[in-house]
Amino acid sequence: MRARGKFVVGSAIIVATLLVLAYVGYTQSKTYYHTISELSSLPGPAMHQRMRVSGNVRAGSIAHLDGRVDFVLEEEGKSLPVSYTGRDPLPDTFKDGAQALVEGRLGPDGRFVAEQVQAKCASKYEATPGAAPGNSPGATTHPGQS
Amino acid sequence: MDIFGSFALLLAFILAVYAFVAGIVAIVTRRPLLTKSARNAGMAVFVLVTLAVATLEYFFFTNNFSLAYVSAHSNSALPGFYKFAALWSGQEGSLLWWSWLLSTYAFWALFLNRKKHPELMPYVGVILSGVQIFFLTLNNFVATPFKVLAGADASGAMHIARLSDGSGLNPLLQYPEMVIHPPMLYLGYTGFTVPFAFALAALLGRYPGEKWIHITRRWTMVAWCFQGVGILLGAHWAYAVLGWGGYWAWDPVENASLLPWITGTAFLHSVMMQEKRGMMKVWNVWLVFVTFMLCILGTMLTRSGVVSSVHAFAESSIGGWFVGFLAIIFLVCFAAWWKNRDYLRSDNQLDSLVSRESSFLFNNLILLAACFAVLWGTLFPVFSEWVTGNKISVGPPFFNKVNIPIALFLLLLTGVGPLLAWRKTSYDALKRNFAGPLAGGIAAGAVTFAFGFRDFYALMCLILGVFVTLTIFAEFYRGARVIAQRDGTNMLSAAGELTMRNTRRYGGYVVHFGMVLIFIGIAGQAFNQDIQKELNPGQSLAIGPYTILSQNYDDIANDNYQSERATLEVFYKGKSDMMLYPEHRLYLASQVSSTMVAIESSPLRDLYVVYAGRSPDTNQPVVHAYLNPLVKWIWFGGIVVILGTGLAMLPNRRAALVLRPAAEGSWAEGVSGGHPSTLQAPARRSGADD
Repeated sequence: MRARGKFVVGSAIIVATLLVLAYVGYTQSKTYYHTISELSSLPGPAMHQRMRVSGNVRAGSIAHLDGRVDFVLEEEGKSLPVSYTGRDPLPDTFKDGAQALVEGRLGPDGRFVAEQVQAKCASKYEATPGAAPGNSPGATTHPGQS
Repeated sequence: MDIFGSFALLLAFILAVYAFVAGIVAIVTRRPLLTKSARNAGMAVFVLVTLAVATLEYFFFTNNFSLAYVSAHSNSALPGFYKFAALWSGQEGSLLWWSWLLSTYAFWALFLNRKKHPELMPYVGVILSGVQIFFLTLNNFVATPFKVLAGADASGAMHIARLSDGSGLNPLLQYPEMVIHPPMLYLGYTGFTVPFAFALAALLGRYPGEKWIHITRRWTMVAWCFQGVGILLGAHWAYAVLGWGGYWAWDPVENASLLPWITGTAFLHSVMMQEKRGMMKVWNVWLVFVTFMLCILGTMLTRSGVVSSVHAFAESSIGGWFVGFLAIIFLVCFAAWWKNRDYLRSDNQLDSLVSRESSFLFNNLILLAACFAVLWGTLFPVFSEWVTGNKISVGPPFFNKVNIPIALFLLLLTGVGPLLAWRKTSYDALKRNFAGPLAGGIAAGAVTFAFGFRDFYALMCLILGVFVTLTIFAEFYRGARVIAQRDGTNMLSAAGELTMRNTRRYGGYVVHFGMVLIFIGIAGQAFNQDIQKELNPGQSLAIGPYTILSQNYDDIANDNYQSERATLEVFYKGKSDMMLYPEHRLYLASQVSSTMVAIESSPLRDLYVVYAGRSPDTNQPVVHAYLNPLVKWIWFGGIVVILGTGLAMLPNRRAALVLRPAAEGSWAEGVSGGHPSTLQAPARRSGADD
């Protein structure tokens, strides 16, 4: 039983250490996910947290400026101006109309300062319409039903 | 043809249901003919799913874009092997692929054991077909790959429409590893079903003896090896294709594939406690159960979009099915364990803290902690939304903070554990076995420190890595010397002989050595550098000992993509060394652009160069160069791990000369029929016996 007791103590020390490390890592990297419409109604402290926001890039809004890229994200009729200040080049999929996920903080002027931008081409995984006349991509059906 | 494919799938589903129901009836009524019939039905599922897969491949290769799945994931100009691989590039095809691999495993598990374990196999067959029923349900009724495109004509009648060309395979998937990475990873995910089936079957049937634990261990090694290979190939793919200079980002889908690998690793270690000492039986059974559940969870995370991931799959409603299936598995496992918990009573207790047993216990504790931390971090957005209503995600700092110390502690145990004796180890034995390797490790650390390397974790990793390597080589040396002296052979062939006589032990050491190489490679990350610069022809940039001179940029085009290519001359310490040609491609069918990284890899470092395209502000070409030390060690270590696993699965070679009768051989290696203890006698010290 003595060995068992020692093992339990050893395990407790290890687990406690890991919990502390996990908590430190958590506070360093926790990121809140918000929608654009939520941003305006956030309470004071929540405004300054690190967060992720997603939306579609408004067509024609991408402006390459010195040291940053400005664009506007849209979702459900609301919009959010974003400045990307990160060092990495923007992903190839980042273009007008693309679905983008930005990570960073909200500036005091309401402009979102993004350190990271991920983007995916919104139409990629849908069937391409218009290849055959009268064909609508939404109308897929099980074989045998048609 | 699409009807042929969907009927094959439907028939496979019906047969799986029959195998399940008839199997249960056969167990209850003990009718041998019905048992055989259920088993044959289980094996026939494989044939039918194979037909369905072949049908879908036929559609891909004949460019038949009347199927929604084919037109969404292929196009005429796509090279042949990508058409083949396009099968598993989307939701429906991936799930079909899962079913096919599972049915392949099930076929072999049933076929290889058709004349063995008559009390156990009916249960195994029932469990395997239970899992098959779930996936075939998805294939048939939820996400069928055989949906046809249809359109209405002027009168409103529906007609099958056939597109002239498909929208193409995602360019990120157009890389040779696309053909091999998903199959390997899925072979891992599906493979854990077999040990699960055997473990649950043994518990349900209260199968006497420890035979089932040997079978379970062997199948776990197969799945574990595939899973590990799949993870490494995925990391290599990310490294070579995505162009961000790294290979692991703690992305949810990556994490999901790591989880069953971790618990599988824990099982492969703790199973020895059961074989040698009759301990940890409940723990082992649950490890197998949990590993399987994590495989299902991993498939769900990959396929359902529950947690957002760079593996940007469309969100789908398929998650609910998986949650339901997981709940059923858990209930079945729990009930089976509760009803038969006396069957799993432990034979022994822990005797000392400095013993092989306790090193295994710590190994399992730490692996489970890693698994829990990764799982928690991955699902944190889901949990936090339930509890607080806010979706909170955690990033790489969380995972690294927890997992780096865990990895280093594991590395320490890798060196210490195998040399500790069962039950209790004396202080003298500790000193004899560890003084040398420890001194070697510290010396290596001191030298690197003197050369100016200060990163704490990287230094620790080096010290422990050298320590573990020395303990492993010392083991081979001690064993081989005895054989060499006795047989008069040289040390190298003696080491080979030693390995073949106890493949499991020495194969295990080879796996450990491969893991050391991987860890050293990962530690190299601490010294990564990168630089990004606009680089017109004639301009150059410097990184580490390299200077990159831009020569020119030209255009290449074919049916599949058009590309802008940079021609860069690389100077190493002032001397012209090589040419690199990174590209920036635009794929025509999907209109998606993608980079082709140029990597010059050497054992010491990778020079990794990305042509990032033209800067939108100035229209000048931008080159991003990374210098990543030791990355090659990771891939090489992976190969060593595979070789070691292969070795450990070989049967032991019996020696011509038996030094001592195999009095205690019965408890080890029942499957392979070897008797390690006979030939280990010369190499035995107080330190270790297997």
